[in-house]
Amino acid sequence: MAAKTLYDKLWDAHLVRQNEDGSALIYIDRQILHEVTSPQAFEGLRLAGRKPWRIDANLATPDHNVPTTERSAGVDEIVDPVSRIQVKTLDANCDEFGIVEFKMNDHRQGIVHVVGPEQGMTLPGTTVVCGDSHTSTHGAFGALAHGIGTSEVEHVLATQCLIAKKMKNMLVRVDGELGAGVTAKDVVLHIIGVIGTAGGTGYAIEFGGSAIRSISMEGRMTICNMAIEAGARVGLVAVDDTTIEYFHGRPFSPQADQWDAAAAAWKTLVSDDDATFDAVVEIKAEDIQPQVTWGTSPEMVASVSARVPNPANEADAGKADGIRRALQYMGLEAEQKITDIQLDRVFIGSCTNSRIEDLRAAAEVVKGRKVAATIKQALVVPGSGLVKAQAEAEGLDKIFIEAGLEWREPGCSMCLAMNPDKLGQGEHCASTSNRNFEGRQGFGGRTHLVSPAMAAAAAVTGHFIDVRELMQ
Amino acid sequence: MKQFTQHTGIAAPLDRANVDTDMIIPKQFLKSIKRAGFGPNLFDELRYLDEGQPDQDCAGRPLNPDFVLNQPRYDGTSVLLARENFGCGSSREHAPWALDDFGIRVVIAPSFADIFYNNCFKNGLLPIVLSDVQVDQLFKEVEATEGYQLTVDLERQVVVAPSGETFAFEVDNFRKHCLLNGLDDIGLTLQHADEIKAYEARRRQKAPWLFDAIK
Repeated sequence: MAAKTLYDKLWDAHLVRQNEDGSALIYIDRQILHEVTSPQAFEGLRLAGRKPWRIDANLATPDHNVPTTERSAGVDEIVDPVSRIQVKTLDANCDEFGIVEFKMNDHRQGIVHVVGPEQGMTLPGTTVVCGDSHTSTHGAFGALAHGIGTSEVEHVLATQCLIAKKMKNMLVRVDGELGAGVTAKDVVLHIIGVIGTAGGTGYAIEFGGSAIRSISMEGRMTICNMAIEAGARVGLVAVDDTTIEYFHGRPFSPQADQWDAAAAAWKTLVSDDDATFDAVVEIKAEDIQPQVTWGTSPEMVASVSARVPNPANEADAGKADGIRRALQYMGLEAEQKITDIQLDRVFIGSCTNSRIEDLRAAAEVVKGRKVAATIKQALVVPGSGLVKAQAEAEGLDKIFIEAGLEWREPGCSMCLAMNPDKLGQGEHCASTSNRNFEGRQGFGGRTHLVSPAMAAAAAVTGHFIDVRELMQ
Repeated sequence: MKQFTQHTGIAAPLDRANVDTDMIIPKQFLKSIKRAGFGPNLFDELRYLDEGQPDQDCAGRPLNPDFVLNQPRYDGTSVLLARENFGCGSSREHAPWALDDFGIRVVIAPSFADIFYNNCFKNGLLPIVLSDVQVDQLFKEVEATEGYQLTVDLERQVVVAPSGETFAFEVDNFRKHCLLNGLDDIGLTLQHADEIKAYEARRRQKAPWLFDAIK
């Protein structure tokens, strides 16, 4: 039998029908729904008189629009009327169709990509889709997971399948040992800097190598989360003991009588030794330093010790033009030191970096320190109600509050400014989110993507600083 | 689904790489629970000088005179020329909805982001990949000639320039078939309901833990 990559195995295991024209029907085990990309899908079902194919494959939770300030008064008190309607529409649709939903004030509510794995909804070997491009996150568990549009959300609801075409295989291998203070976020930002924001287009990227193996599940989720920022809809990490261990005792995990069979099946979810990839990228872990994005695309990234590039040094005219435009939008000078960038706000959260390990890393840096006087606001937004409870049990909330950061309710928050948390025009933000696009965090806002530890370091100094200087 | 067979219309050049879907339709407009009405906010942050709000009447807003689609010579544009990696970022289908609502029927670029590319076909919008050199040539021609129009023939898979020069493009047979006939792909998939059920029965045997767990 021909050697297979992990992606090949997952694809083959879900193939319902291969059509002669190259398209295929693949079976979807799990769909996660949120309020922004589902209303038109439910409406489509209603208009066509269709029912969901399989209710028990779906889980819903509102995340993009929900306020992260005190909200015990409930959905009716969401101030923004348009946001309120969207959240209420999700509630009504889930009630009507019988889909399990963790509503806004349920203690299990949170960001879809935090909640899915946390509940054991995402499992190794599953196909997972959601109307959100960061669904690639779930690939960290050896699941075939990717974002889809609303028409496809409707298609999956109605048929439990997707019409798809097989992607190509890319292996990004990170070997060696990561230095202290260098996190999964720095790894993935570095990778995006190497292969570019479209480098993974058309590929499923498997992240492998000894450095990836040594990273926790939280960190692997951070890496797969940003596969899409390199253009790849799918990011993957092979299953190992770390993966299997993660699912013990989660609500939707296999129960005791099925556990051994499930674990045995999951262990096969690795690329064969002699599998061939269409592209291979090799990276030395030792080359990775704490990263900061300076521009308006995630590929516009540099080490914290570096300087902002000079478009005059770029040979490609199109790229030089892109750099010039980015520097103008970001209000930065060519060749300015990254550590000279002054910040207005700090955001620790998002589906990239709002899990317990992220919060611990940030708390460690701010502990016993104070947010710099020049910082207008520093937010910490846990990824789910369960992450929040865990952090509070560990006393992290007190460390943040003591240092002058705000401790919030779970949601997408300032990652995309669909809720009250946003940047003002011209403000610089050290953000643990995933996109530094123009206007992403608010009209005219300037986003710098960093790890939680680097964001925390920026909060207490007011500018970027190599977090390792604060760790000595 | 909306049909696409042949189209002729004014072309406009959007000369920047990596245009993301946040740029095509900013987040505040994603709060709508409808599929229509996004056209006035297409490229909102490039097109207007102020910050747009949902449900706002855009007629009185200050326009950015430098933005290509605000220039009178590109009034009625229905073919958008773009640069590489068009539609990257968020999976929001609101991006093709906004393009469609504005009146764009075709986007031509050297490359597209995967999710956006896929979403276009679900909405009768045709994304066409041509080579860098060909796209460059079209950019030069459209900038040099006011009223420049392109014809796109999906059946023949060609873009036809005013000079009569043709540019062949690739498209998946399945997607082409659906677009040419305006087919509803959910209906098509449900024709294979028995195969889906058979797969599901096999899957339930192999991985029973994936069934009846979420309730």
